[in-house]
Amino acid sequence: MSNRLDTLPTFEVRVNTSALSRRRFRARGRATNTLLGCAGLLTVALIAQFLAPLGIVRAQDLPPTTVILAAFIDLLGEATMWMAVYDTIYVWAIGLVVASVAGIVVGVLLGSSEPLRRATSSTVEFLRPIPSVALVPLVVLVFGPRYESALVLVIYAAFWQVLVQTVYGVADVDPVVADTARSYRFSRWGVMRYVIWPTALPFVMTGIRLAATVALVLTVTAQLIIGTPGLGQSIALAESGGANARMYALVLITGLLGLAVNIVVRLVEKRVLAWHMSFRKDASE
Amino acid sequence: MLEVTHLQKLYRTAETSFEALRDVHFTVAPGEFVCLVGPSGSGKTTLLKCMAGLMKPTSGTVRVADKAVAGPPEGLALVFQEYGRSLFPWLRIAENVELPLKELKIPGKERGARVAEALAHVGLENSARSYPWQLSGGMQQRVAIARAIAYRPDVLLMDEPFAAVDAQTRADLEDLVREIWRDLKITTLFVTHDIDEAVYLAERVIVLSSTPTIVQREMIIDLPSERDQLSTRALPRFSELRHDLYAEIQKAKTHSALTLTA
Repeated sequence: MSNRLDTLPTFEVRVNTSALSRRRFRARGRATNTLLGCAGLLTVALIAQFLAPLGIVRAQDLPPTTVILAAFIDLLGEATMWMAVYDTIYVWAIGLVVASVAGIVVGVLLGSSEPLRRATSSTVEFLRPIPSVALVPLVVLVFGPRYESALVLVIYAAFWQVLVQTVYGVADVDPVVADTARSYRFSRWGVMRYVIWPTALPFVMTGIRLAATVALVLTVTAQLIIGTPGLGQSIALAESGGANARMYALVLITGLLGLAVNIVVRLVEKRVLAWHMSFRKDASE
Repeated sequence: MLEVTHLQKLYRTAETSFEALRDVHFTVAPGEFVCLVGPSGSGKTTLLKCMAGLMKPTSGTVRVADKAVAGPPEGLALVFQEYGRSLFPWLRIAENVELPLKELKIPGKERGARVAEALAHVGLENSARSYPWQLSGGMQQRVAIARAIAYRPDVLLMDEPFAAVDAQTRADLEDLVREIWRDLKITTLFVTHDIDEAVYLAERVIVLSSTPTIVQREMIIDLPSERDQLSTRALPRFSELRHDLYAEIQKAKTHSALTLTA
């Protein structure tokens, strides 16, 4: 290798090979990660497979993996399961959109007005830590076991995530950028549209990403506890009917839904913040 | 074009009061190129912010194009030292230059023409679609200059714009600023702490004292108006002026309103 390098115009060759090997190394790193991830999953599946046969747990408490997978495949053919998935996504999506819009609007207002922020901060700090689940009795009283109950819980939980991040984002405007906009006499709207919003956007996207996960958790929780239609309700029904393999299969589907939500939100984030990602990458190199 | 009249600036907190500017008084004639120099901590930035309407002076007035400054004035463009932070990283180069024109409600067609012209002026016509962070420091500062000239200001204020670029780039940018001043006849006030730069660029140099700041001295730079990095800097007159200015700055380090008026 070194012999061949010495006979060639060395500088460029070396740069090329190092870049190439770096790329190869990265690709190999990615492949290793995937492999390790799969190995982890497989190990858990294997352990679960043998826990019951070995008598460590009862088969009805944790059926072997193969039994759960069979139930999972059965579920994929059931229309009611897909209906439950649809109901879950429906509540999740509406809740997330309402919470995001409200969180952004209120966040921008609070973030750009110091007096307003001070006036509201104690209220925000009081309301924010209240777990959404604590509101279950209230929403059941008001709405009963309907969509709206779940929706209120989802919006309440997701709203704070977006709000807090937006307030931080708005406060993150660089003083030099702010002075630049002022010295060019930008209008109020211009400052909002061209300075504050783009600065806050990465924070807002983080808020939405966190809110998306929280919203899904709350959707399923509401369905489990209140019994509004959806995957959570199906899980509760399967459990009370003693169909444990089916229950685990439903949990698996809920988990996959969570995974899908995360992937989708990350893709959206990557698209929206293309300039920002590359900006950060360049700055770090 | 730019009149600074008995400007005073006090920074007050509950217990303390710091007088940055005591009594700063000078004018810049239309089409003139003036450099403002002073030892570090001589209130240059404070003065500039007051002139740009970003800060309210305690007393005294600034007038730009015969109008008293209260808030950022019309027809004034400011080029910052921190070019990397003054450009909008989420906008492409052309969009960065265009944005202030959009805010001025200039029709799209004219905007496009002005942006193209300004970018051509600073030699960046091929980078219109890049993002600021894809360019070198010197090129980023060129973008900030293009943004300022596309705005067609009456007065161009530059706050140590080349303090953070390497020597070679700096020389190129100095020539660019001279060229723009000559071609567009924009009244230019250039703040620097670099003595050579001040002598090379200016028609007149205003020397500030230490804080509390007053104008310590004004020097006419009687060099030929065609300037060149090699020949101008080699002129005996250049060395003399440089020497005088150096001595003046050394003096300014220990002088302030307190010692000079006492």
